[in-house]
Amino acid sequence: MKRLIAGLGAAALMAAGCGGGTPSGSGSDTVKVGLITKTETNPFFVKMKEGATAAAKAQGAELMSAAGKFDGDNASQITAIENMVAAGVKGILITPSDTKAIVPAIKKARDAGVLVIALDTPTEPQDATDALFATDNFKAGELIGQYAKAAMAGKPAKIATLDLAPGITVGKLRHDGFLKGFGVAEGDPSIVCSQDTQGDQSKGQTAMENCLQKAPDINLVYTINEPAALGAHTALKAKGIDKDVLVVSVDGGCTGTKAVKSGQIAATSQQYPLKMAESGVKAVTDFAKGGKKATGYTDTGVTLITDKPVAGVAAKDTAFGLANCWG
Amino acid sequence: MAVIEATLPRRILTTPTAGPLAALVIACAFFSLNSPQFLTGGNFSLIIQQVMVVGTLAIGQTLIILTGGIDLSNGAIMAFGGIVMAKLALSMPPLLAIAAGLAVCALFGLVNGMLVTRISLPPFIVTLGMLNVVFALTHIYSQDQTVTGLPDELTFLGQTFQLGGTRVTYGSVLTIALFLLFAYLLGQTAWGRHVYALGNSPEVARLTGIRTSRLTVGVYTLAGLVYGIAALLLVSRTGVGDPQAGQTDNLDSITAVVLGGTSLFGGRGLVMGTLIGALIVGVFRNGLQLMGVPSIYQTLITGILVILAVTVDQLSRRRTR
Repeated sequence: MKRLIAGLGAAALMAAGCGGGTPSGSGSDTVKVGLITKTETNPFFVKMKEGATAAAKAQGAELMSAAGKFDGDNASQITAIENMVAAGVKGILITPSDTKAIVPAIKKARDAGVLVIALDTPTEPQDATDALFATDNFKAGELIGQYAKAAMAGKPAKIATLDLAPGITVGKLRHDGFLKGFGVAEGDPSIVCSQDTQGDQSKGQTAMENCLQKAPDINLVYTINEPAALGAHTALKAKGIDKDVLVVSVDGGCTGTKAVKSGQIAATSQQYPLKMAESGVKAVTDFAKGGKKATGYTDTGVTLITDKPVAGVAAKDTAFGLANCWG
Repeated sequence: MAVIEATLPRRILTTPTAGPLAALVIACAFFSLNSPQFLTGGNFSLIIQQVMVVGTLAIGQTLIILTGGIDLSNGAIMAFGGIVMAKLALSMPPLLAIAAGLAVCALFGLVNGMLVTRISLPPFIVTLGMLNVVFALTHIYSQDQTVTGLPDELTFLGQTFQLGGTRVTYGSVLTIALFLLFAYLLGQTAWGRHVYALGNSPEVARLTGIRTSRLTVGVYTLAGLVYGIAALLLVSRTGVGDPQAGQTDNLDSITAVVLGGTSLFGGRGLVMGTLIGALIVGVFRNGLQLMGVPSIYQTLITGILVILAVTVDQLSRRRTR
């Protein structure tokens, strides 16, 4: 116990002895760029980090990265912002987990002179960050909605939507875009089942199984991402109806694009996380070289990928998809 | 603090708090050498702000673990308390909203305690069930919406004042004060001795005339109240009511307790050890980030440290038998 008190005293002295300073700048002249993703393990963010690392190397900058522990982990993202500002980064690229809750922390970083750019997901309000490099998720949903409408060719639709999770913006935008593209409103009787999957393959399978219990005649499945779509496919195959049900998705990861090629998924809206990361890093290094701060929204593009194109909806085939996929 | 020694049984003093403290000091020295930004007052203030929420949850967790229990529901209870405070503060005086949030957290603690004692259910199961119940209630009550536009009175703990050359938040001061308060309660009062006795042997505690059921319910309720204070700290730190908050904080608070040298078998440990444990996690996260090491390595190192800490606890138990 005495040792404990002595030790605590020593630690306090250490803190006090060096206290009073403000964080000094980095010892070197290397520009530091921070990247904060939603999670560490999702392939989408892994790819984004790879892209950012490569872009930083090319620009002669140093990349620092951090991530939340789960999708929606706001506290870890705040902590990462604080630590990166303390480390003297020029700019921070962030995919916000909680689009509203992160805003005060971003404001503090910007007040400290750091350029903050949102990747993939806009903050609420969108102008809480200096700039946004992202896919138009509403449009991504709309494309597969339009595709599904044309592919169903007037057959009465029985739709299942396998969504993300309550309160997560990206999921809502894709879902709403799909409904608009297909031309139905929320609550339309043709939507026979809606379940959350957290974008996870096993939860996607469970959700599809339960939807089929509820409505065995489902013939169109909208999925938030390809893991959920593959889970749904497994459930449909177990029922022996995978050939009669149209599955559409969003993401364009390599695994997902291969699933489009093999026919497990009919079509997917491909997005480009590498491009987001590269543009983001370049914006920070340009700013560090005395250039202007990046502003506004840059759409990094979305492409419909399918091997069974329909009239009136622009699409590329899976050869293009595989050449440009991520993961 | 030194007075505590005279009043505590010798067995508790063998608690290996020296190990965690050494780890903390070594980690600080290491990061000071490897990052020019680490050893500053501003950075230390930041680390305290970053660990205060989990640290405060870990105070309640320490109380429960000392009685031989465990609480998996604390992060969820805190998230609910935070949403209650945030939502109510939009329509009533902030002080009332805070009181309501504290009360509701204490109530969940009371229910946990009742289920553990009256129906003799294992704390692990009770709080696992409560975790799911409260998590769901949080999402139902908030409709999954983050609550923004909070009055300043609700987030006052996030305000800073000048201490020496450093800006310190009121929340940091409150957290340290809470640790000192519970160190006093556990070390200097009859109630504290009863908590240790209960954790060491419930049967012996009962035979010496301690009302073990009432004591247990009291500990769980008090822990709930502490989670309510953590909720207030959380709201002050983030500036919003966040229904997604605290999802891994139950395990993170157990991590802080274990790293601080408190035994998961109950009856041995110190709340100041828990503070050290929380600081170890915070110092590693901050220091590695300053060095530019990805956060997954922080998780790796935390895991290794936990296993080390439990190993030390086991070995010291063998020696004291």
